[in-house]
Amino acid sequence: MDVENMYYHGRINVPYKWYVGATGSRFLVGLRDGKEFWGITCPKCGKVYVPPLKTCPECFVPNEEWVRLADTGTVESFTVAHYSNGVSPSDIPYVLGLIKMDGADGSFLHYIGDADPADVKVGMRVKAVFADERTGNIMDIKHFAPVNE
Amino acid sequence: MGKRVAVVGFGQTKGRSSRKDVNGQELINEAVVTALQDAELTIRDIDAIVIGNMDHFEGINYVDTWSVEGAGGVMKPIFKVTTGGTTGTTVAMSAYYHVASGMFDRVLAIGWEKNSESDTTGAIITAFDPVWERPNLGGAVAGLAIEASKYMSNYGVTERDGARVAVRERLHALNNPYAHLHQEWMKGIPVDQLVDLIVGSEQNVMLAYPLRMSDMCPRTDGAAAAVFASEDVAEKIAPIPAWVLSTVNRHNFALAGDVDMDRNTTMAKASKKAFEKAGIKEPLKEIDVCELYLPYSYAGLKWMEDYGFCEYGEGPKLLWDGVTDMDGELPVNPSGGVMSSNAIGATALIRVGEAATQVMGKAGTRQVPKDVNIAFATGFGGCYWADVMILGRRKPA
Amino acid sequence: MEKVGIVGVGQTIYERRKTDTFAELVFEACTSALADAGIGIQDIDNVVTVSNDFWDGRTISSMAIQDAAGAWEKDVSTVEGDGIFGALYGMMRTLSGSFDTTLIVSHVKGSEGNMNLITNAMFDPIYQRHLGVDATTSAALQARAYMEKTGATEEDFARVSVKNHGNGVNNPFAQIRKKISLEDVLNSRKISEPLKLYDCSPISDGAAAIVLSNEKGLARFKKDPVWILGVGHCSDSYSLGYRDLTFPRALQAAAGKAFASAGIKNPLKELDVAEIADAYSYMELIWYEGFGFAAEGAGADLIRSGATAMDGALPVNPSGGLLSAHPVLVAGLARIVEATLQLRGEAGDRQVKGAKKALAHGINGPCGQSHGVFVLGA
Repeated sequence: MDVENMYYHGRINVPYKWYVGATGSRFLVGLRDGKEFWGITCPKCGKVYVPPLKTCPECFVPNEEWVRLADTGTVESFTVAHYSNGVSPSDIPYVLGLIKMDGADGSFLHYIGDADPADVKVGMRVKAVFADERTGNIMDIKHFAPVNE
Repeated sequence: MGKRVAVVGFGQTKGRSSRKDVNGQELINEAVVTALQDAELTIRDIDAIVIGNMDHFEGINYVDTWSVEGAGGVMKPIFKVTTGGTTGTTVAMSAYYHVASGMFDRVLAIGWEKNSESDTTGAIITAFDPVWERPNLGGAVAGLAIEASKYMSNYGVTERDGARVAVRERLHALNNPYAHLHQEWMKGIPVDQLVDLIVGSEQNVMLAYPLRMSDMCPRTDGAAAAVFASEDVAEKIAPIPAWVLSTVNRHNFALAGDVDMDRNTTMAKASKKAFEKAGIKEPLKEIDVCELYLPYSYAGLKWMEDYGFCEYGEGPKLLWDGVTDMDGELPVNPSGGVMSSNAIGATALIRVGEAATQVMGKAGTRQVPKDVNIAFATGFGGCYWADVMILGRRKPA
Repeated sequence: MEKVGIVGVGQTIYERRKTDTFAELVFEACTSALADAGIGIQDIDNVVTVSNDFWDGRTISSMAIQDAAGAWEKDVSTVEGDGIFGALYGMMRTLSGSFDTTLIVSHVKGSEGNMNLITNAMFDPIYQRHLGVDATTSAALQARAYMEKTGATEEDFARVSVKNHGNGVNNPFAQIRKKISLEDVLNSRKISEPLKLYDCSPISDGAAAIVLSNEKGLARFKKDPVWILGVGHCSDSYSLGYRDLTFPRALQAAAGKAFASAGIKNPLKELDVAEIADAYSYMELIWYEGFGFAAEGAGADLIRSGATAMDGALPVNPSGGLLSAHPVLVAGLARIVEATLQLRGEAGDRQVKGAKKALAHGINGPCGQSHGVFVLGA
């Protein structure tokens, strides 16, 4: 028997309020109030984590010493994205990058801007560009822009 | 033939309405570190991890991969199980099967929840069928209210009976440093008077007849972790391991409208089978302590009948006779239970952990005043998912 | 350790927009696996379902398929993640002494949700999710990092796509059955550079199920089982920037464990067929290295050599892989189904002649963070 297949539109709309925790809050407050990058160090392996982790995942001990980092880094990887998913920028194409901040042991995920996507390269030096209105979240960094050193 | 399995360590965070100082991974880490300390192990000793929670309660997809930094799961086998309110026992059972299979010797089970970060009811509404049920069925309270009023009408049970359960749970919670609710004002007031106060209080808002605020569980931020070990290593780790004697679950569910509201059928079936497997013939006599997932007061009456601790309709008598109090024949929820602390993903694992802690004799101020040879733990989920685990001091046959 | 055998497999056809509900897909896969095993649901001692609340659009979504999976009056549990982890848990339960037979089923209706938003939700809500990163853009970051390290090119990625799409033509269960050329891939629409449309797997609906039995339970079955010779699973760290995206050490660990149990020293030589998680074309090359089919950094050399083509030393993804049908969550279980059919000699036009040892693989999390590996033998 032929039947008209019905469907039902829905949306799961649950509000969330994710606590950053004291460790991460210190990092976000640094961005907001002083345009500063703070990392935290594992006392055992010496790795510097940015954004900060309360415990070192490899050594499984609490991280201790805070270190102030420069706002510059090197592009480890990047992608030029040609679509928007509704959360990402609607202005396409945009560039998403993994940026190794100077003095950190891993990379930081953010946008790369003020550059022609065709010119972005791995190994490129970049510097954080901060938002004028900063509220204490990851968007206090507008993007990272190329620098000539 | 599978291996024998025991719980050899347990850790939990103190239940709070909100933990603003930590994010989810950091909360998980606290429970893991505590459980490892309890078992005197390091994360290097752990062979595999199993974790659980409900996605929409935290708004995080693939929690097993998101949590590894806090859980200690970097470069370890890990996966996630989830079944709703029963998630904590589901995690415990999964850890049990990890070990019983002979594939892993020391397995960490983790349950957690940060209720403060979302609208739990908003998430629970989405559990129901989007086409047939979601438009007209709401949250957890209404379904339980229907169950309670039916039970009251079937057996002539009163609101005072319900309140008596709440009194027991909250008096017990006063002995438990990890419980979320500590109602200090209850100290020193006779039980009858407490029941009268609760039933007569105008501040005790009616949510859905017969359920008032005092009949419900709180919303808690918390995490728990337990270490399960095989017979090859358990006795080297713990002076008194809590051996798993049996574990069973049932979940006969299609649509909410078809649920038997007269009896908690799945819980009855799962417990009966678990008692049989553990060789328990007279549950009331043979079990020394219970940590039951009683999400609201009337479950502490009706479900006692379904477990087979008394005849149908005799739940209230068992309760008023003091049988389930700390010094009774069958102490129920020395921890204060779910009604005193409810970090949903962790709640059922806390039942198992508390039962194991009683067997190990490590329950401190909430240790029941007798030898614990057999402890009974359960998990319950809103779609009548029923999990049961029986722990004992003697190695199973 | 006691042995576990696969005694029944079933899968639906994978399509873009199935009109059946996900519970109906579960029922189809389960009845198909039971029929294949020649038993009824009464011969199943317990059930493991696999589902994910985000993909199903329901909280505790596994409660909605218990009846369809035949879990009534049985012990049942739910794994959330790729189906390979459901199979792992099913194996544990089969060996535990509590049950002799286990039914494992996984389902997804990818077409009903929004893949980009669902996978955006697996990223850290505080530091990453706002940026809109999802499965595809994060994969692109991994692909680029791998190219930088190894010298692999977009053309090498395209070779994977061409090979797997070519294989998919032979698979009646595949969603995309279309032979394509290197030019087709290289000229396809840019999605997230270096990834183009044909580097990405499609969004599929479908379900798969398997029946496991321990040695005691085998008396219930007529057919010879396909044996599980070894398994392993392992997760790398979560933070994208603090994980070496270019070499899958977690896969190396998981595969190492599975190969050790199976007594395999040279996987490229000793395995006859492999079904691995090529959610994006480049992933297959990275996984080659993790499995040890190729030395670190030499994944591209292996695809260029033709060794993983249907007529090569180790055909990889004769089914067409995930590039031809990607039912998320079902993917790893479907790889086990395919590997089983190969070892039974029942893989039709996609059969690798005389296959005796097979590999199945599934992944969880961003950029293949967590891996599950099965080695099967006839």
